[in-house]
Amino acid sequence: MKSKHLNACGNWFINRFPLTKLWNDHMAQYYAPKNFNFWYFFGSLALLVLVNQFITGILLTMNYKPDAGLAFDSVEYIMREVPWGWLVRYMHSTGASAFFIVVYLHMFRGLIYGSYKKPRELVWIFGMLLFVALMAEAFMGYLLPWGQMSYWGAQVIISLFSAIPIIGDDLSLWVRGDYVISDATLNRFFAFHVIAIPLILIMLVFLHIVALHEVGSNNPDGIEIKDSKDPWGHPIDGIPFHPYYTVKDIVGVAVFLFFFATVIFYMPEMGGYFLEHANFIPADPLATPEHIAPVWYFTPFYAILRAIPDKFAGVIAMGGAIVVLFLLPWLDRSPIKSIRYRGGLYKKAILLFVISFLGLGYLGTQAPTATATIMARIFTAMYFGFFLLMPIYTRWEKTKTVPKQLTNQPTIEDRIPGWIETANEMVKEVEVEKEGQTVRQKRPDTAGIGKVLLRTAKNIKESLD
Amino acid sequence: MKKLLQICLLLIPLTSFASAGIELESADTDLSDSKSLANGAKLYVKYCLGCHSTKYIRYLNIADDFDLEQNNVLKDIAPEGAGIYDKMLTAMNERDAKKWFGTTPPDLSLIARSRGEDWLFTYLRSFYIDTSRPFGVNNGAFPDVGMPNPLWQLQGEQIAVFKKEHGQQVIDKLIINEKGTLSPEKFDEAVNDIVSFLVYAAEPSQVQRRSMGKYVLLFILLFGIIAYLLKKEYWKDIH
Repeated sequence: MKSKHLNACGNWFINRFPLTKLWNDHMAQYYAPKNFNFWYFFGSLALLVLVNQFITGILLTMNYKPDAGLAFDSVEYIMREVPWGWLVRYMHSTGASAFFIVVYLHMFRGLIYGSYKKPRELVWIFGMLLFVALMAEAFMGYLLPWGQMSYWGAQVIISLFSAIPIIGDDLSLWVRGDYVISDATLNRFFAFHVIAIPLILIMLVFLHIVALHEVGSNNPDGIEIKDSKDPWGHPIDGIPFHPYYTVKDIVGVAVFLFFFATVIFYMPEMGGYFLEHANFIPADPLATPEHIAPVWYFTPFYAILRAIPDKFAGVIAMGGAIVVLFLLPWLDRSPIKSIRYRGGLYKKAILLFVISFLGLGYLGTQAPTATATIMARIFTAMYFGFFLLMPIYTRWEKTKTVPKQLTNQPTIEDRIPGWIETANEMVKEVEVEKEGQTVRQKRPDTAGIGKVLLRTAKNIKESLD
Repeated sequence: MKKLLQICLLLIPLTSFASAGIELESADTDLSDSKSLANGAKLYVKYCLGCHSTKYIRYLNIADDFDLEQNNVLKDIAPEGAGIYDKMLTAMNERDAKKWFGTTPPDLSLIARSRGEDWLFTYLRSFYIDTSRPFGVNNGAFPDVGMPNPLWQLQGEQIAVFKKEHGQQVIDKLIINEKGTLSPEKFDEAVNDIVSFLVYAAEPSQVQRRSMGKYVLLFILLFGIIAYLLKKEYWKDIH
């Protein structure tokens, strides 16, 4: 009797709202390629971190005070007096860094498997807009604790607007709402961080997913699974997103949460990278810190800015470093999507790009010495070279034949025995005298390590061809 | 080859750390040692609170977190006349501070998070006689610091032995010139207690944070195992 009423209620709703259709279109009958690997966890993880940031952010707002005189104290109040406030705050601060780790890996996945290519250009564009919105969100959020780094970081970045000719000074004044970073700036950043940008983020996530589901997901082989269908019209190599990828992504969530919780509970400052040491000093407009460095996720772009001798040119280069990413679908002229079937030239280019990005990231955290500046210039040239020379070198590369259907690659589970074997190769058993007894102990074996390293180097070299 | 060269060049800044001041000594703080913490709080109130507040800590926090009776905290640790709900504020007012030191001595609630415990430990032990400075002392870890040595009675007076390095005078070592009331070992212990208290004050929730971490990780691990088994069950017919 009861369930009948419940059913009637459900039907009443379903007759008025396309819940079944939505569920089927995007979950139960959304066919995803069956060969997603490690790199495909980061999309759903980004969504998880977004939800984490929303929930913890709302809780933080309940006790935070966006006021230059109270902000720093209110954060410490959250850390000390609010029940579980420290946990919520660490979840939010660690979540900010985790967001960028996850998003950088998600973008790198797109880069190596050609997920930005036709017909997914719009998915990439929405994704890039998300990245820009995320950077704005992080930048404005970082001012809110009102520590020394919050203050001076914002001071440096906003002063960049003043490098723009003619309107620069007025523009930076308009952005700050004052001649220096002040209470007015803090209040407007709070408004943007808590309302405006989160709304934009939500809308862009929606557009990103709708655009993706329209064209279907790419995969590590870079083949359109819609090209080969079974008699019922389903892709032969596709499986319904739900339940297959929902249960698989939950495993990814568990692994992610393990690392996330390790940071939260044992190293919330992450050695000064997630929470900078100088940010535990309240903002002081009269005392400039000796070394101003942005949080780690902005350092590659900050290093590009500093590498250029002219301030305005530096600003253009920093913006350009992000703008070129938007153009990626049109810079890449190769017909092949996945790195698995692309030429060695492209693989080497990607390797150089990764080295330049990580190198710039490191240099951005360091003080600008003469050597560091030269290195940053070399890396900046490599970074832009990767994108701007792409139309040329992607035409030259000798690609391999792309199979008609998805290939079977060993999964992480399949690889574990091999890893254990490799680990065993690197140790040898030695007999050691211990308290009068002979015990067999495992010790690192130089010859074995050398052999493994040589083999790895050879494998890497081969995989670059 | 070019790549290798780049990587080597990248490593150069790591090897040549320019050391400002002297090398840091390691503090040995233990936040489960409530006796050391209580002693640190007591020494802090006696020697530091005169100028430096710790405004995010109340005397009640000390009683609760160090397992002390509230009355004992008021009697042994807190300054005369302080109430249990009072914050650890300094009695010195800003105008006097500006007049005497040229600036307001900073609040030390978060100093352990901005400077690090090793720096604090080294700093408190590195005052030496320098008659060119307004307070007659200088500091090896914080050159030209604008404060006197608060612990000189305990430590005694130190003098610096200099050596030449790259044409610059640097401190080689500090030696005790005139004995204080504590032996060097006892003094190091006392400094360590103060540093422990400051580490506690910088983040009182850290003990709770670390102790509950393992349970959270264990739960996530169990959750992960169940999730993995569920995934395996669903995926067994996908080839």
